[in-house]
Amino acid sequence: MVPLSYYLVLSAILFGLGVTGFLVKRNIITLFMSIELMLNAVNLSFVAFAAHWGALSGHVYVFFVMVVAAAEAAVGLAIIIAVFRTRQTLNVDRVNLLKL
Amino acid sequence: MPNHWLTFVAITAVKSAVLLGVLLTAVAYTVWLERKVIGHIQNRWGPTRVGPFGLLQPLADGVKLLLKEDISLSGAYQPLYIAAPILAVGLALTSISVIPIGESITVRGVPVQLQIADVNIALLVLLGVTSIGVYGIALAGWSSNSKYSLLGALRASAQMVSYELSLGLSLVGVLILTGSLSLREIVNRQGEWPWQWNVIGGGQLVAFFIYLAAAFAETNRIPFDLPEGETELVAGYHTEYSSMKFAMFFMAEYTNMVTVACVATTVFLGGWHGPVFGPGPVRMALPLFWFVLKVFFFLFLYIWVRATLPRFRYDQLMAFGWKVLLPLAIANVLITSFVVAVGT
Amino acid sequence: MLHQILFFVFAAVCVAGALNLLVQRHPINSALSLIVVMGSLAVLYLLLGAEFVAAIQVIVYAGAIMVLFIFVIMLLNAGEEEHSGGSRVAAVLGYPAVALLVGLTAWAVVRSSGSANLKLGGFVGSTEGIGYLVFRGFLLPFEVTSVLILIAIMGAVVLARKED
Repeated sequence: MVPLSYYLVLSAILFGLGVTGFLVKRNIITLFMSIELMLNAVNLSFVAFAAHWGALSGHVYVFFVMVVAAAEAAVGLAIIIAVFRTRQTLNVDRVNLLKL
Repeated sequence: MPNHWLTFVAITAVKSAVLLGVLLTAVAYTVWLERKVIGHIQNRWGPTRVGPFGLLQPLADGVKLLLKEDISLSGAYQPLYIAAPILAVGLALTSISVIPIGESITVRGVPVQLQIADVNIALLVLLGVTSIGVYGIALAGWSSNSKYSLLGALRASAQMVSYELSLGLSLVGVLILTGSLSLREIVNRQGEWPWQWNVIGGGQLVAFFIYLAAAFAETNRIPFDLPEGETELVAGYHTEYSSMKFAMFFMAEYTNMVTVACVATTVFLGGWHGPVFGPGPVRMALPLFWFVLKVFFFLFLYIWVRATLPRFRYDQLMAFGWKVLLPLAIANVLITSFVVAVGT
Repeated sequence: MLHQILFFVFAAVCVAGALNLLVQRHPINSALSLIVVMGSLAVLYLLLGAEFVAAIQVIVYAGAIMVLFIFVIMLLNAGEEEHSGGSRVAAVLGYPAVALLVGLTAWAVVRSSGSANLKLGGFVGSTEGIGYLVFRGFLLPFEVTSVLILIAIMGAVVLARKED
């Protein structure tokens, strides 16, 4: 008998940590992982509400969020590889000039 | 008190201990079987000195590996270097817990299922364990801080991730026929005789061969064992491992083989179903005998293929996975769903 | 009671993993912490009766997307993160601001959800039901995400190609 609000507070905490990571970290890959953490936090909210209202569509939304996250991860990592090839660095602070 | 939760915990603990013991012995004797069979195919004897027919050879191997010097690398990333073999062998041993070996038996009035965990999503659990199994290899190669290990690990993870797709899709045909992800349901839907099993009766012959090819690639066995090929990359991702850690990778590989054989038996060959005849005790032991026979057939097939086929080159391997197996698997799903939809 | 123990244990593992992701300097440690977070989230989904979602969380998120991340970290040989110029004022104002934001969200949630309780096993999401929903009610989003994945594959192949 766990109250619904416990799950939602956990989701909020994970989202907050994801935002902190996104704003604080300097390595591109870690930045990207913070985005994935935020997406996971939202997934948890969806599933918690689906269990509360007994609606299976919550699970379907999670399915779609995962698909979009997978597509975004693939393209984002390809971009990171391309950036690394030209700038030779993974630090976002160094990728600050339009032309090398 | 059959329904008390302590009974459940006790039964599960006993089942796990028994299965673990049986599995580890099976792994040890699969190694013996492999050396004997490959030896005979290559017109030589294989191990004969240690015990009759070399039957104590696995014991000797075990003692040797235990007593070997455990080389610890100074340049390796220690936490992952030590954790990777543990992860590999742990996952390999976990995946056997959802595989049903027989019907329920009754021990002193308590019904005991011959399956450690009868979950609704057993097939997805197996796919999940396969997906996480990539980490054992990838992290082992990276943490060893050596170029051969890293190359072997990168190749192995790319190969495993590519063939996972065909593995999953080849099982979808059977899922469409059965309508449930539970392995027990899948077995119960198949009948006693070979023409009632999913391979022939369900029309999943192509899916069976796709599953076999994908499983060979997932367990990194010949003809897909470039990541650990001896003449290519020294020893691939387990180059820098010695003694017990190497033994753990070795055990993980053979345990994965046994698991894949069990899953193929359950999904395609009808599990423990087979002609049942004879008096009472024989009748009870026959399903287990059929299950073990079918698993043994798969292990023999694995070893036979190892002794016969040459190794794929890496680009041939990736081309085969993406350009041949994946379209075939998708076509199989389409045709099966079409036939089922038209049939109902 | 078992429900509460399991929830608190795995929620603690989630938060510890997320904190570790922030604290660690080497990206491989952050990636492994994120895998741990995803694994414990899968357990929480099982507690909420979402068995299919838990399975695909492990298969897709922890087993494929994070493998991609680890692959890229291994390929690019990412080293430890360097300290670039960070503003002290931003740190002093920023962390409390995020904490305030999370606290506000938590307070709003607790106030509005009242005493809504979730029973263990009260709602079990069947795979068959999800299948019906995806292929009937949500067919258009399904087809659109298929096209999205195709675009992502083409984009990834083009972007990561070497310039010849």
